[in-house]
Amino acid sequence: MLYRDAGQFKDTYAADQQIFPIRQDRIGITLVLLFAFLVVPVIGNQYWLSAILIPFLISALAALGLNILTGYAGQLSLGTAAFMAVGAFAAYNFVLRVPGMPILVSFVLAGIMAALVGIVFGLPSLRIKGFYLAVATLAAQFFVVWALTKFGWFSNFSSSGVISAQTVVILGYPFDTPVRKYLMVLTIVVLMALAAKNMVRSSIGRAWMAVRDMDVAAGVIGIRLMHTKLLAFAVSSFYCGVAGALYAYGYIGTVEPEAFNLDLSFRVLFMIIIGGVGSILGSFFGAAFITFLPILLNTYAEPFAQAIGLQLPAGMVSNLELIIFGALIIFFLIVEPLGLARMWQIAKEKMRLWPFPH
Amino acid sequence: MNWQFFLEVLVGGLLAGVMYSLVALGFVLIYKASGVFNFAQGAMVFFAALTFVSLVERGFGFWVAFLITFGAMVVFGVATERVVLRPLVNQPPITLFMATIGLTFVLEGLSQLLWGSQPHGLELGIEDMPLEWLSQNAGINVSQFDLFAALVAGILVSGLALFFQKTRIGRALRAVADDHQAALAVGIPLQQIWAIVWTVAGFVALVSGLLWGARNGVQFSLTFTALKALPVLILGGFESVAGAIVGGLIIGASEKLAEIYIPEFLNAPLTEAMGVSVNLAGLEIWFPYALALAFLLIRPEGLFGEKHIDRV
Amino acid sequence: MSDGRNIGEVILNLEGISLAFGGVNALQDISFDVREHEVRAIIGPNGAGKSSMLNVINGVYHPQKGVITFHGQTRRNMDTHAAAAQGIGRTFQNIALFKGMSVLDNLMTGRNLKMKCNFLQQALYWGPARREELEHRRKIEEVIDFLEIEHIRKTPVGRLPYGLQKRVELGRALAAEPSMLLLDEPMAGMNVEEKQDMCRFILDVNDEFGTTIVLIEHDMGVVMDISDRVVVLDYGRKIADGTPDEVKSNQAVIDAYLGVAH
Repeated sequence: MLYRDAGQFKDTYAADQQIFPIRQDRIGITLVLLFAFLVVPVIGNQYWLSAILIPFLISALAALGLNILTGYAGQLSLGTAAFMAVGAFAAYNFVLRVPGMPILVSFVLAGIMAALVGIVFGLPSLRIKGFYLAVATLAAQFFVVWALTKFGWFSNFSSSGVISAQTVVILGYPFDTPVRKYLMVLTIVVLMALAAKNMVRSSIGRAWMAVRDMDVAAGVIGIRLMHTKLLAFAVSSFYCGVAGALYAYGYIGTVEPEAFNLDLSFRVLFMIIIGGVGSILGSFFGAAFITFLPILLNTYAEPFAQAIGLQLPAGMVSNLELIIFGALIIFFLIVEPLGLARMWQIAKEKMRLWPFPH
Repeated sequence: MNWQFFLEVLVGGLLAGVMYSLVALGFVLIYKASGVFNFAQGAMVFFAALTFVSLVERGFGFWVAFLITFGAMVVFGVATERVVLRPLVNQPPITLFMATIGLTFVLEGLSQLLWGSQPHGLELGIEDMPLEWLSQNAGINVSQFDLFAALVAGILVSGLALFFQKTRIGRALRAVADDHQAALAVGIPLQQIWAIVWTVAGFVALVSGLLWGARNGVQFSLTFTALKALPVLILGGFESVAGAIVGGLIIGASEKLAEIYIPEFLNAPLTEAMGVSVNLAGLEIWFPYALALAFLLIRPEGLFGEKHIDRV
Repeated sequence: MSDGRNIGEVILNLEGISLAFGGVNALQDISFDVREHEVRAIIGPNGAGKSSMLNVINGVYHPQKGVITFHGQTRRNMDTHAAAAQGIGRTFQNIALFKGMSVLDNLMTGRNLKMKCNFLQQALYWGPARREELEHRRKIEEVIDFLEIEHIRKTPVGRLPYGLQKRVELGRALAAEPSMLLLDEPMAGMNVEEKQDMCRFILDVNDEFGTTIVLIEHDMGVVMDISDRVVVLDYGRKIADGTPDEVKSNQAVIDAYLGVAH
């Protein structure tokens, strides 16, 4: 009943092609955005903003990037973290070496640098598919982290490649408190999510999905495979690059190349599998899930074990986390390959009728 | 150039390559029989080595520990077939691949949950010393441990080849590898075959885990070493045992040669050309992948793989 | 058959096409032509090389020998993009729809070549990109009307029954407004009623839009009814070429279909 779309007739194609064709969705997303922009900055404390919400948003952006490549264009990547690293270090160097570089421009340039690197490592996708490609992206993962560590220039010759992000100043206004950083990250992520949604519902998005679903047929209807795949790599890496820059400038502050290791790449991959492959909303669901689960485990596993009289050995929680992540991946692949986003959709369809049976 | 040293590096690399081949062999077995690219092979190596060494440290004898670990691998193989593969039958290969990534995490977490995460040393009773006879007569230092590992690998590969060529199970397995549905139609029990294959792959993981563990210690980084088997597979093709072996040798040798000689010959000229100090040391982390990629662009189906024609 | 329709000049000419996979000769020295607005059928037993022939025409396979002339342009190989850009549409023997997308999106994908906005404009979805989407949506609705699939517009194609999927695939090809349509067994696996529907659609396309049709089909009744000229392939060689009646009475064709005692 709550989610009833009966009576909402579309009399123009424009109305039928909006982002959210159903009125309840439009109301819902407006409320969420109002809450995120107006209420959260007021009620959120430093721990919530800096340790939970900001990393969640940045993860969601990276997941969005990977989802464009893997979920929409069907090209599996295990090198997401590498493209994030390129973004973080590129932003740092643009701000460091170009006098008067506005920080937002440096984020865009960082994204473009990541996109260029993405195109280079995407080139093999023209010849190879599936897990062969996964191995190619593994090469990106190892090579980028190695290069950033080895060549001192990238980190301005600091020891072991650590960079410290400069203070973010936009139009003379410093973004140095958790609330301000949160608002900056939130704005960028929301705008980029909107752009991603627009791309996937336009001809480029359809071309990506066509290549994913059946590349021979896509070629036959005139889609240029090379152009389409490389564009997917570029756009995806752009998103990951900006996520990396935000990771340095909005979240951690001090980063080393090792932070962008294979483990992070896997985490982002898990986000899209759990959240929903080929879904913008799913990227956010997955990021929330993967961000919150370890926090929940850390907060509750210890007291729970003590309550039932067990002493947890050191490292137990992190190993438990590995097992739970792995098991969840298998669970979702078997039970709901389209992830939380699909579950949400099913729930909404149920709500159209609830509480009546028919 | 010092040719004796070059030869040492080359032989050392080839022998290290044998170990890569062993891990790659585990991948190939499973890929051939079930079309699954088992990312968890590295975690299986780690799990087997850690379980074995922990048992030995708790006072079990070599063979007892070996048998118990093998038993654990059998349980793992059968459980994987039941819980992961069976519900995912007929799913696209990429889904199965991602499922094995999940499996990797489960196995890594489980290993450390059971046995702790501190590194262990592992002694197999053969020291990592240069073979005296060769050192004295040819002036080349070749580790006797590496030779031993190569010997074990050789025996294992021939054993497997016999098993697959001569036994009924082997024939069924080749049928399954060719076409799942057709194999099912002529009454080959698919699930049983898969369980067997995963068990055999578990055995291969155990052997490679022991050799790797004895060489580099049993620790988490073993899982990364095992990832090096991926470029080996790209070189050799996913479906060829011979390819796994040759690919392993090529990757092993070229990796060692690159590790030693590329920084030696390229650091100075690059430093001069670019005006900043360039140090290429440590490039063995990514070199095998880059080599495999370069190779892919020339021959996408691998050295021994079959060319695939898209039918529409 | 050609009552009222103007069969025009030759627009596609294939000369001496040979195609081999490894040691297997799929096509050997095949030549034939297709005239504007005609319905041209390719028939032959299974494995005769019919699908390979279509694949050569629109550049999925590249023949080792021979030349292809289309609309006055002569080349060794078509490539898929050029073929599509020149107005060759295609359906496949085993349905090749984009399974993860809705009917509407599948059809819209068929118009991809005609959409000119770049990805940055599309990311903004404002002004030209939005106008373009709506304009093409209108065109697609015409195809949807024509094929009578209004009720399934928003359904993911994976959920549709086989007959409807075939129809959607035809729709995707039509969406590009092709001047020539290659149809690979459009009626395979259909019941009589579905076949009649499909026949009607094909003839309507040919009639109303003047689209040239090259068709592979096993149902001889259908082939003889709707085609103007027929090419017969057997074991990768051309064994006959002519009007349905000529082909029907050709001894080589009868032998190929019924088998002959040597």
